[in-house]
Amino acid sequence: MLQALAITVLLLLAVAGVFAPWLAPYPYELQDRESPSLGPSAKHWLGTDDLGRDRWSRFLYGTRISLTLAPAAALLTLTVAVLVGVLAGVAGGWVEQTLLAATDLFASMPWLFLLLIIRAALPLNVPAWTSVGITFAMLGLVGWTAAARVVRTAVHTARNDGFLLQARAMGSGFTQIWVRHFLPNLRPVLLAQFWISMPLFVLSEANLGLLGLGVAEPLPSWGNLLFELTSHREVAEAPWVLAPAVALVVTLLAMQRLSRRDWQEGVAR
Amino acid sequence: MRSDPKTFDALVAADQASEMVTFLTTERLLFKNRKTQKIEPGLAESWKLQEQGRRVVLELRKGVQFSDGSPFTASDVAFTVRRLVDPKLNSPKSSAFRSGEAVAKVEVLTPHRVAITFPAIVPGIENELAGIPIQSERNREKAGLGPYVVAQYQAGSLIVLSRNPYYWRTEGGRRLPKIDTVRIAIQQNADTEAERFRRGEYHLLESVDPTLYERLERDLPGQAHDAGPSNDIEFLWFNQAPQAPVAPHKLTWFQSRSFRRAMSLAIRRDDIVRLVYQGRATVAAGLTPPGNKLWYKHGLKPHPFDFEAAKKLLQQDGFVLRGDNLLYDRQGKPVEFSLITNANNKARARIASLIQQDLGKLGIRVNITTFDFPSLVERIGRTLNYEACLLGFVNLAQDPMSGMNMLLSSGPQHMWNPNQKTPATAWEQEIDKAMREQASTTDAKKRKAAYDRVQQILSEEAPVLFLAHRNTLYAASPKLHHVLATNDYPRLLWNAEHLSWSDR
Repeated sequence: MLQALAITVLLLLAVAGVFAPWLAPYPYELQDRESPSLGPSAKHWLGTDDLGRDRWSRFLYGTRISLTLAPAAALLTLTVAVLVGVLAGVAGGWVEQTLLAATDLFASMPWLFLLLIIRAALPLNVPAWTSVGITFAMLGLVGWTAAARVVRTAVHTARNDGFLLQARAMGSGFTQIWVRHFLPNLRPVLLAQFWISMPLFVLSEANLGLLGLGVAEPLPSWGNLLFELTSHREVAEAPWVLAPAVALVVTLLAMQRLSRRDWQEGVAR
Repeated sequence: MRSDPKTFDALVAADQASEMVTFLTTERLLFKNRKTQKIEPGLAESWKLQEQGRRVVLELRKGVQFSDGSPFTASDVAFTVRRLVDPKLNSPKSSAFRSGEAVAKVEVLTPHRVAITFPAIVPGIENELAGIPIQSERNREKAGLGPYVVAQYQAGSLIVLSRNPYYWRTEGGRRLPKIDTVRIAIQQNADTEAERFRRGEYHLLESVDPTLYERLERDLPGQAHDAGPSNDIEFLWFNQAPQAPVAPHKLTWFQSRSFRRAMSLAIRRDDIVRLVYQGRATVAAGLTPPGNKLWYKHGLKPHPFDFEAAKKLLQQDGFVLRGDNLLYDRQGKPVEFSLITNANNKARARIASLIQQDLGKLGIRVNITTFDFPSLVERIGRTLNYEACLLGFVNLAQDPMSGMNMLLSSGPQHMWNPNQKTPATAWEQEIDKAMREQASTTDAKKRKAAYDRVQQILSEEAPVLFLAHRNTLYAASPKLHHVLATNDYPRLLWNAEHLSWSDR
């Protein structure tokens, strides 16, 4: 029941994001300057922001950006983590030691400054959507180290598990062992890492905005919509501004539910 | 206060927090009354200008003591001036006291008479003297002449000031200050600050965010105040520097007076005031705010919003709006430029969005790019790798002398085209001439006339599009009396010794 609900929620949000241009009643950047900071109404379901932009339209477009690019960044992270973690776990010896040392080195690098340098190197007239893509790609490329260590530990555990010995004893070849037995057993770990990374990327994008690295105006994202919630008085007086926060929490809960199911299935298997 | 003071040494204080604390713990030779904007006697009872304003002889007040009980004499003034001009100290307050390699000389004539000879004529010399805090020769770090002394400092949290028992000012025969202890909270979050004021934990907020002002006014009637336009200003300019790594066709746009004026006419400044500052700001006509009684050019009008006039100016310059709703220049290039500003400034981000939409109606695509502040400064000051920039000044000094670096074409802060060897345009040459004229005389009328001319040229040529002066918004408990808000820092505590408290 809960799983079905989780899937429904995620599907609804995905649909909202994908079909934002059709579902949004107004362009996300349109300023109706005579109607700033309005409450919810039939015309503006979530009211308007302080420049008179329709909050519902901005929420839908923000969903599109965050729910497209955060999973993409999480996948990128996971791909790098799997490559490094599996290679380290399988090869062992000096290869493993070298990869682990490289992972530690990568994790200890001052990424903030490197991100600033990358931003400074980008051309000034980068279209907003390109800037968004670059931001999430950067997030994906710097976030793999913790996941790589988890994958490597999972590979170690699986390597010594009975089912692999049994498969070898039954004469299964290298490819068959990897594709049919090994990788499916890593699935719960990978999914858990995916669900963990995704919300982190949504929030990281908001924080990067402080450095001018996030999603640029007038494009909305959950990150920069959440960043507007700095005044608790404003939240108390206009609770509808919480929509992106509620959406994020609901998404996290749904993802957590799905990741738990994957984990449980993995343990059962 | 929003941040910790970077120093308690008044001669090197440059940040707002350090300036505030050192203002309360030190005293100056002359006193600038923030309300009247006139210079009054301070530690010096009287002064006389000599040598066409290069030399000033000051008669010091007798019987004044530092907070450790030691007497104040001319030796302390000499010590302060010598320390001020010491190149090792690199004091931000020393510019009037040096000219090239030459520095001001100080002579102790008697224990209570001192003469300072400046290396060059210093227009507004009294203002300069009203900005130099006098330090103790014997006990520089611990003894002060101000109404308060620092009693306690908890980094990131609190500064407690207690009254200086030897403070020299009196009122009705009673030694000031009237309030024994001032607790300055260091609170970064404006929302929390307002909430604590609402709960009665804070009694004076030096600055209130416009978004919080309406709520404070509604919740605590009579306690939130709007003191009118401040010395802060938001503005935008285009990069006109020929050596900048900007596409030549864009430089041609930016160097065109018609283009700049068209941009200015297309911006709805009223919307900036209404939507970004909730009406708590004033449309800017120029660099100098109307609150600056001495230097504001009366009659100078802000550029109005006139969309048709903007279109006409662009047409005259060969720009054409095509069927794709984009504006193209004579060479057929679409008009698109980036507008950089600093990240983490909500008001500025809003202004950029409004400008983006306003100029979009002319068919101009504006890409907003934000940078962390050091990266932004690097771009506008060194690499010049930007096209247009939205920025602001906080607490702009009142005397035009402080604007020399910005207004002279050779100045490093002449933002639209810095460090010019010779003025690139006739109007910049005219500004140079007028600025030098006002800097070479102590005649107030001549100085004002020259600076008026500068303001007029800036308005006509529009190298900088002045947008808005935010208003000085503050909140004060009704238990606190004699709060006289001004637009000059420290806005509320400039007369701290006269503030009083009653529990009723």
